[in-house]
Amino acid sequence: MHTRLRPTLAVWKFASCDGCQLSLLDCEDELLALAGAVDIAYFAEASSTLRPGPYDLSLVEGSITTAHDAERIRAVRAASRHLVTIGACATAGGIQALRNFADVTDYVAAVYATPAYISTLATSTPIAAHVKVDFALHGCPIDKAQLLEVISALLAGRKPEIPHESVCTACKRRGTSCVMVAHGTPCLGPVTEAGCGAICPAYGRGCYGCFGPSEAANTAALAATWTVLGADRRSIHRAFRSFNAAAEPFREESDAHGDQDHPG
Amino acid sequence: MATKTIRVDYLTRVEGEGALELDISGDAVSGVRLAIFEPPRFFEALLRGRAGTEAPDITARICGICPVAYQMSAVHAIEAAWDIRLDAPLRALRRLLYCGEWIESHALHVVMLHAPDFLGFPDAISMAAVHGEAVRQGLALKKAGNALLRLLGGREVHPVNVRVGGFYRVPTRDELAPLASTMEEARATAIALARWVAAFPFPDFGRDYEFVALRHPTEYPMNEGRLVSSRGLDIAVAEYEDAFAEHHVAHSTALQSGLRARGSYLVGPLARFNLNHDRLSPSVQALADELGLAPGCTNPYRSIVVRALELVQACEEAEGLIAAYAPPPAPAMAVTPRAGTPQASTGAACTEAPRGILYHRYDLDAEGSILQARIVPPTSQNQSTIEDDLRLIATRDLALPEHELRDHCEQAIRNYDPCISCSTHFLRLTVRRQ
Repeated sequence: MHTRLRPTLAVWKFASCDGCQLSLLDCEDELLALAGAVDIAYFAEASSTLRPGPYDLSLVEGSITTAHDAERIRAVRAASRHLVTIGACATAGGIQALRNFADVTDYVAAVYATPAYISTLATSTPIAAHVKVDFALHGCPIDKAQLLEVISALLAGRKPEIPHESVCTACKRRGTSCVMVAHGTPCLGPVTEAGCGAICPAYGRGCYGCFGPSEAANTAALAATWTVLGADRRSIHRAFRSFNAAAEPFREESDAHGDQDHPG
Repeated sequence: MATKTIRVDYLTRVEGEGALELDISGDAVSGVRLAIFEPPRFFEALLRGRAGTEAPDITARICGICPVAYQMSAVHAIEAAWDIRLDAPLRALRRLLYCGEWIESHALHVVMLHAPDFLGFPDAISMAAVHGEAVRQGLALKKAGNALLRLLGGREVHPVNVRVGGFYRVPTRDELAPLASTMEEARATAIALARWVAAFPFPDFGRDYEFVALRHPTEYPMNEGRLVSSRGLDIAVAEYEDAFAEHHVAHSTALQSGLRARGSYLVGPLARFNLNHDRLSPSVQALADELGLAPGCTNPYRSIVVRALELVQACEEAEGLIAAYAPPPAPAMAVTPRAGTPQASTGAACTEAPRGILYHRYDLDAEGSILQARIVPPTSQNQSTIEDDLRLIATRDLALPEHELRDHCEQAIRNYDPCISCSTHFLRLTVRRQ
């Protein structure tokens, strides 16, 4: 980076809900300072000024679901020094990856009266399936403190300090008693990446895995525990097949509890 | 004849991806297409086979800007199917949560996305150099709304606390109490903001819209009520699909909704205000009066003033709900999908998302799994009205330089705070002149 020239930031959207890029605007206390520290060159949700690259840092939200987007992500990569995926869609394919387990023509017909008008790929795939990703932020949505850490770290030329641990560790740190042990509530916390702050158990519900699988997640052991707690095959199948359905350990575990009659 | 094309690569400061195409023959606009090409995500298809209890969390992911609206419409539709009626304290907490989203979403749109149009800036960050106080006020309001979402929902985007029957956890009085002063301050900020936007220069524009909104016997509409319109529609939410139909047009991945009897209609703040002015609090009615806004307003540009008034209303209501709060005996009513509904069931609900009515309907099997889902977001409902506005504006402004024509079209689209992720943010303007 050149002295005095502020690093440039770009924000890109693919198939997504806009919630992860909204996390940037949700940094109400930091937004104006951030806009002073970096040059926000391309952020269509926030500004009509859209400047051409190259960009020092691109934040990419959303998954690849159309042929056009598969081309577009290559152009984004080519224009970006660092590329960071933000959220479950960009990092793992998102909830729209449920189509990967179904017949997409059936999906199109279920929603649209004139399927011929719709152009879509059969799968929803993460950004890393198409281009090199320098860092991936998990979560549906991402945590805004993690986002600020990644932006600061990459622009300062250091490694982002994002811990890799399970939600269980975060629960213990927060002082939340285990919902599985104390209340028999099925929870995906033991196999889910931390980062959200272990919100769900603190609110008395089981983690639903929106940050995706943690490293070395033992999903089979957890599924066995769920069975002991009374969860049936179908609910185990559904639990692993949601916002990170296409992330490998979750995909495998949901397949292991698949039900031919109830493919959903 | 010569053909001229203008291309704007992105419609900015909206949520989602879309393009605008204008066909111009001589001095007439012969075609207007608001093309939404947000990649389809097939929510209605992927919901089939999921548990009804999962609908609030799954449908929240349709839109990160208004996830609570999706949670509210979904949860009330499922509760309607299973005949679950919330008692008063839980109902009040749902309203308080929705106030948080209205505040967060309206503050974002009024200050960060729409105000720059009226004052000639590309974005709120550059606007802050001249109107720093207003931008800081907008961010403070947004933060106040998010504080409510954080406490009641666990987090701002895709809150985790809504469940069929109520909530997973309800706050203690002590947890909620500090937010009373936050809301009091937010109300004062919102009043200042309303006075600021009311002084903007408003284009002279208006037409005879059919306004559609919910109407409740006593409250400004959010979670319940009948569906009414300025031309006499007055139906129960369960009759929605008898009165409205969706069409699939070639240029859009969003379905367009119309009244079966009369075609396009307008939903959102302006419709709510015109149909429910008497349900605003006396102080908000007085403020509307002071700002020169009366029911019957047909200028969509003034929707920014209505959003600011609704910000005041939401802050005031939140203050009252917090003051009156006593924790419910249990965080949720008993939910047993099978009890009382041994066979398949259907439930519909409509709630007022910040951008207008959001309709959900679910058909469920005896075990509580979703057989079919139907979701009609506010932007689909406004889409043909936006096209009608653009036809008039483009006709009026045909002689202007094309960058001005484009800016005017974009501003007119932002009147509707279109959340294009639900349907699309990428508006490419193509003008074909012949």
